[in-house]
Amino acid sequence: MASFSGRTFKEILRDPLTLGFGLGFPLVLLLLLSLIQSNIPVSMFELNTLTPGITVFGLSFITLFAGQLVSKDRDTSFLQRLYTTPMKPLDFVLGYMLPFFAIAIAQALLCYVAAWILGLEITINVLWSVLLILVPALFYASLGLLCGSTLTETQVGGLCGALLTNLSAWLSGIWFNISMLGSVFEKIASLLPFIHAVEFERAVVAGNFSTALPHMLWVLGYGIAITALAVFAFLRQMKKQ
Amino acid sequence: MKGMPDMTTAIETKNLTKDYKDVRAVDSLNLTIYQGELFSLLGVNGAGKTTTIKMLSCVSSPTCGDAFVNGMSVKSRPTNVKKIIAVSPQQSAIARNLSVKENLKLMCGVHGFDKEKTSRKVRESLGSFGLSQVAARKAAKLSGGWQRRLSLAMALISEPKILFLDEPTLGLDVIARSELWETIRELKSKMTIVLTTHYMEEAEALSDRIGIMKEGRLVFCGTAVEMKAKSGKDNIESAFIEIVKNASKGTSKEAKA
Repeated sequence: MASFSGRTFKEILRDPLTLGFGLGFPLVLLLLLSLIQSNIPVSMFELNTLTPGITVFGLSFITLFAGQLVSKDRDTSFLQRLYTTPMKPLDFVLGYMLPFFAIAIAQALLCYVAAWILGLEITINVLWSVLLILVPALFYASLGLLCGSTLTETQVGGLCGALLTNLSAWLSGIWFNISMLGSVFEKIASLLPFIHAVEFERAVVAGNFSTALPHMLWVLGYGIAITALAVFAFLRQMKKQ
Repeated sequence: MKGMPDMTTAIETKNLTKDYKDVRAVDSLNLTIYQGELFSLLGVNGAGKTTTIKMLSCVSSPTCGDAFVNGMSVKSRPTNVKKIIAVSPQQSAIARNLSVKENLKLMCGVHGFDKEKTSRKVRESLGSFGLSQVAARKAAKLSGGWQRRLSLAMALISEPKILFLDEPTLGLDVIARSELWETIRELKSKMTIVLTTHYMEEAEALSDRIGIMKEGRLVFCGTAVEMKAKSGKDNIESAFIEIVKNASKGTSKEAKA
């Protein structure tokens, strides 16, 4: 499993597009929104509110990369080759997912370092926030595995690259108050995990762990459910091979 | 049978059958392949060759019947079967962003080799497949011929007793194909090889025996000479066409030599 997860890690980090979007794009957003904040003060764009949101938004790219990698491996027979080796189904699932947890941590760290340079005060709660990014990362990485196991690479690009990033942007309350969209959208947003992931990370940074808990349970619930679905879908396509 | 080292059974299928929804991809296949033999499976698209390889390599479960690889059932002992086989799939199944050396290391890792064995096997594979000069190059940057050679080296690094080659030269130019033929010839008699191909001259040049499948059934099994004699044709391609055209469903024959 270690060899396979090492390979997943290298495949992701050696793709310049992945690096650009996964690590670069959230930083650009952070910089731009901070610039707006410095000219027209908006409470949502204050670094202690904005940065946790950006770290969560960055995770939507993890879904895209995980989905594309799994889908490509299926398409190129690379997985077929590995199915004929003594690797167990759990080796595949963990081998795909674990490297994305490391990437999620690195992504969050990088965002907070940038935010620190821009003026964010680094506290122990920020470190907790970096560590606890693993909770929403479970949801995003397993969603990638689910999409990669069921869709083609092009479909993954469309669904995760366009739809998910938009959902994650519009229904997460990162850059505007979701109530501005009306009660229907607010209700939909509260049922989905995106806004809870952002509120969870914001509460951790603020040190409000009692506020963070219900949001964490919401995101964790989604994470566990999607992981179960992803494992089922992966095993199903493995059997169909 | 040229170059057949012994008559010990390596693979035996018993009424091996695979259904996909309402399509029977492989239909009651009875086939025996001997140790050290290079056996080619021929057939038009959809004949059931790749499905057969998938069942023999434990990627796909038979709907009914069974196959035995070195005496072990693919249905009841797939984990043991996987320890002694290797597959080089139709496409170059390689990790594209990893270097040649890293791809070989990856295969050692998934087979559970320790550090010392990994280092030795990688060194040997680079040498024997002439890959040393491109060892540090990303797999995605290699030409089709080099990628196929790497794919084969990855399959062989676990020292399999049985090797499945699914259309190994598909899409390669003449030079790359001829080089790969040489590599496959060198492997002959060191292990049992089951090869599927659409190139008749490839089957004739490399195989000890040839099996022809049509609509999931085995319609011929024998040497290239026997194939030509049976069809009354003097070249392998015409012989193949003749046999496939004349074969009707229900003519499956026991393929034991």
